[in-house]
This record gives sequence, C-alpha cells and structure tokens, in this order.
Amino acid sequence: MERLALLGGLYSNYRALAVALDGASRRGVDGIYCLGDLGAFGPYPDRVFPMLQRAGVQTIQGNYDNSLALGLPDCQCGYTDPRDNYFARLSYDYTFRNTSEENKAWLGTLPATLRLEIGGVRLLLAHGSPRKMNEFLWESTSPDPFLNYLLDEAQADVLCVTHTGIKWHRALAGNRHVVNVGVLGRPENDGTTRVWYTLLTFSGSSVAVEFMPVFYDHLALSDDMQAERLPPEFIETIITGWWTTCLEILPHKERARGRF
Amino acid sequence: MKHPRIEMAHLDNLWFQVTGTLCNLACTHCFNSSGPDVKTFGHLSIEQVRHELEEGARRGVREVFFTGGEPFLHTAIAEMLEASLEFAATTVLTNGTLINDRMSDRLAEIEHRSRYSLEIRVSLDSFDERTNDAIRGVGVFKRVMATLARLSRRGLLPLVTVVRTWSDAEEQEILPGFTRILREAGYQHPRIKILPALPLGRELVRLPGAHDEPWVTEEMMHDFDADLLMCSNSRIVTDRGVWVCPLLVEKPDARLGDHLADAASGYELAHRACYSCYQYGTFCSNISAGIEGTGTLATHAEHGEA
Repeated sequence: MERLALLGGLYSNYRALAVALDGASRRGVDGIYCLGDLGAFGPYPDRVFPMLQRAGVQTIQGNYDNSLALGLPDCQCGYTDPRDNYFARLSYDYTFRNTSEENKAWLGTLPATLRLEIGGVRLLLAHGSPRKMNEFLWESTSPDPFLNYLLDEAQADVLCVTHTGIKWHRALAGNRHVVNVGVLGRPENDGTTRVWYTLLTFSGSSVAVEFMPVFYDHLALSDDMQAERLPPEFIETIITGWWTTCLEILPHKERARGRF
Repeated sequence: MKHPRIEMAHLDNLWFQVTGTLCNLACTHCFNSSGPDVKTFGHLSIEQVRHELEEGARRGVREVFFTGGEPFLHTAIAEMLEASLEFAATTVLTNGTLINDRMSDRLAEIEHRSRYSLEIRVSLDSFDERTNDAIRGVGVFKRVMATLARLSRRGLLPLVTVVRTWSDAEEQEILPGFTRILREAGYQHPRIKILPALPLGRELVRLPGAHDEPWVTEEMMHDFDADLLMCSNSRIVTDRGVWVCPLLVEKPDARLGDHLADAASGYELAHRACYSCYQYGTFCSNISAGIEGTGTLATHAEHGEA
C-alpha cells in the first residue's frame, strides 16, 4: 500500500499549509505533492516556499507560478468578467511585488506536469488540465466521455488537477479516476471556513480517494490580510466561506450552490 | 491571399442549430439574419440530435449548445436538452420570449435531475427598454424580464448575454445598469456575458462600413494558441450538414460534411468574422478563453519524472 497527499492551490495561505503538512505527516504518507498556484489572494507570498521545500513537497507549476517566473503582466487565470479581472489584477500585483526574485526563479524550475507509476497505476498530476495549465475542470462541465478522452490522450489511469478551487472525484469504468484535489488557499464557496487536500491510497490496482478537511486559524489569516491591506472582499471569503469574487467563471451548478 | 489553416484539435463544443434560422424575432444585429420567414436552415429532428450526440460522446465531447434561430420554437426542445444532459454539460441560447411557467418548471426539473450543468443563455441588448426593443422588437424587454424572474424563482441562474452595441466611452455605465435592472426584476445575483457584435448577417446592414476587421494572417498565428479558435474545438450540426463553427453557417465554404463523423477536417480562416474569434477566443462558449497574456503560457511543457 502506498499513500500520497496532494495539495491544490495554496494562494499564500501559509497557515492552512502548516496544518495540512502536519496532518499529512501524521498520517505517514509516502509522498506529498503540490499542484501549483503557490501565490494569489493571500498574504506574505514568500512564506509558503521554505515550508514546501523543508517538507520535501514535489511541486508543479500553476498559471500563477508560470506568470511570476516569466514576469508576465497578469496571472493567466482565465477570467473574462471585468470585475473578476479587476480583483485578479489586485491580487497578482500584490503577489508579484512581494515574491522574492529567488522564489520566482525557483517557480521557473518547476515542471508543468508530473507522472508517477505506483503498482502499475499510471498517475498524472497537472494544474488545470493535462492539455492546458489554466483550463478549468469543474465537476458539472467535465462529462465522462471528455474525461476518458483526457485520460486516453495523457496515457494515464488517474488524473489529478486543481485550479478551480472546488474538489471533486469521478470514478470511471476500467478503474480510472479523475480527481480535482481542491485548494488550501480559500474555502470552497460552501459557507464553511475549512479548506481541503486529498489523500490517494494505492493498494494493488485499486485507488482510494479521500478528501481531508483542514481547520486552521482563519481569523489570524484575516488579520494578516488586513495588515497587508488586501481587499475586504478577499477577507470576507476567508471569514464566511462564500466566494465574493471570481464568480463569473463558475458553471451553473457550482454557482447555484454559493451565496453570491 | 493565403489564409492560415487550423486543424481540429478536439471536439470540445458540439453545437446544434436546432431551429435553423427560424426565429420569432428579427434583431437588427443578428449575425445569421434569423427571422420569422428565414428558411436558410430548417429544424433538426430529435433523431438527428440523438445520433450526433452519440457520435459526439464517442469523440469525448465536453459541452453541447443548442442555438437557432430560436430553439424554443422547436416542440421537442425540452426532450433534446434532457437527452443532451445525459452526455455532457448543455447550454441553450434563447431570446427568452417563449419560456412560460410550464416550460420554466420543465427546465428546472431537467436541471435538478442532471449531474451536469444546464445553462440557459438569454439575450438582452440594453437595460433601457426603448433601446433594447429598438434592436430586438417591441414588447421584447418586458417579456424577457418576466422570463428571467420566472427562471430565477425556480433556482435557475440564466446567463444574460449582451451584444456590445455601445461605444467604449459608455462601457463603464453598462454593466452596473444591467445589474440594477435585473435585480429590480427579481434576479438577485445576475450573471452577465458581453459578446462582440459580429461582422456578419444583418449586423452588416445595421452598421454598413463599421466593420473593417482585418483577415487573420499567417504572421498573426506566430506565438498564438490556435486551440483558442472555435474551428479547432467546435462543430455545428444543421439540417443541411455540419459547419465548422456557429458563426460561419451562411458561408458555403465552411460546410465540412453531411455528418459530424465526416466533419473533422481542418479549415482556413477565410472570413473577417474569423478575426473576432482570433480577438476574443471561443467566445461563443459560456466562458470565453482569455487571450491576453496567454501567448506564452507553458502548455504541454516538459514532464518531470518522480
């Protein structure tokens, strides 16, 4: 049996990351992987880097990381709504200013995807999708035939992604799985303050997927964000668990579950 | 002039021009000149739709779109949406004038039962009744607002689509204006999507000479992600065959085959409307691909080994 912990977007939430790393290590996982987007949204972007490096977390690049490493003018988040883009810009500019050159260079060394083979099961880790770093794989717009196509193209049995901010798991015929591992950066628009990471357990050819809630000091994070003068809309999400920005990208089902 | 040729990468978006060019309205900017007597294209049958849905599923389709004309003129539209949602996330593009309480109940029931999203895209062109009705027809504004309230009461969140017919200077006031009137109508968290006016169909009559979009050239394709173009990720089924994308249904050279199965060939960007797609990405989808800043995005980059 082999067990992996998969961390989605961190969005600079170093407080939730600390709790998740501690939880994963207590569960005796065989490896910890981060699927990218270390920065965005949250405070003090440099803080998550040494934590990942100390814990030996293998990290792949998200669109935010790609933008920071290349010095691009925006986060390539894939938003199209003017209000969403306004907040994305605030967040990116803050993160860009507050990420050290050394850390930006490190982001540039990360691979875009990572392949593992565990007991004959082929696992592919990507940020958005295997074909595009900033593609959103939402549960309600990722039908089975499409997911099977992605797995065929990627020559994988299990695909794990993040990028959307909301976790889900689809078990497909032939012992195949697609998992959106969720994010540690902000709550998933369900009115609670917890965030999530994912455990994958491989035994023989079977794969078990378990979503792990992370309860952390979200009020301390909100104090950090206030001290850094981050937008009140971002802080509200941390405190209430409801998304207030970047909503227009949500498909109908995911949008209907939220408050805004 | 040699135009860039785009190969199909994957069928992400399968469109059905389900009522052809038949519509109960005749909007002044309609890109395929649909209207009450326009029979350039006709209705699709439920059998044709089912057949192509199955073909789409075999090819890993991601999202299905029903357009026209006006899709709710088709007596089997609800049945088609239900069939489509068995395969993929589904969107219907409507002018919103034909959705009564009974149809709203049916749509809500279909949406709640499905595990994939049903998007109802309702067109509206101004938050001012007179301006909207000058484009879309007398009385349309009130009927659409009633439909939006009806859908919203049933927990459906229609995506209000607006064709940009205003100047850049007016842009700042436009979105808040829409949000305000939609809230007043009882739609608390309105979803709004702005679409570009297209240099096609009746729009060219409305604003002759205003659309001097260039053609897409080979040079423009350098460092450009061709996957963002509809011809690389979409096809549209009509009663007269399968066309490369929803925009070009009136262009004979854009017809690629009789059926979806034989319409996967590449396509040359031979029309001015291709430039709109180049500018805005796959904007006919619900969520347009963002193009600015994506030119250097690392796709299919090196794979690290664990």
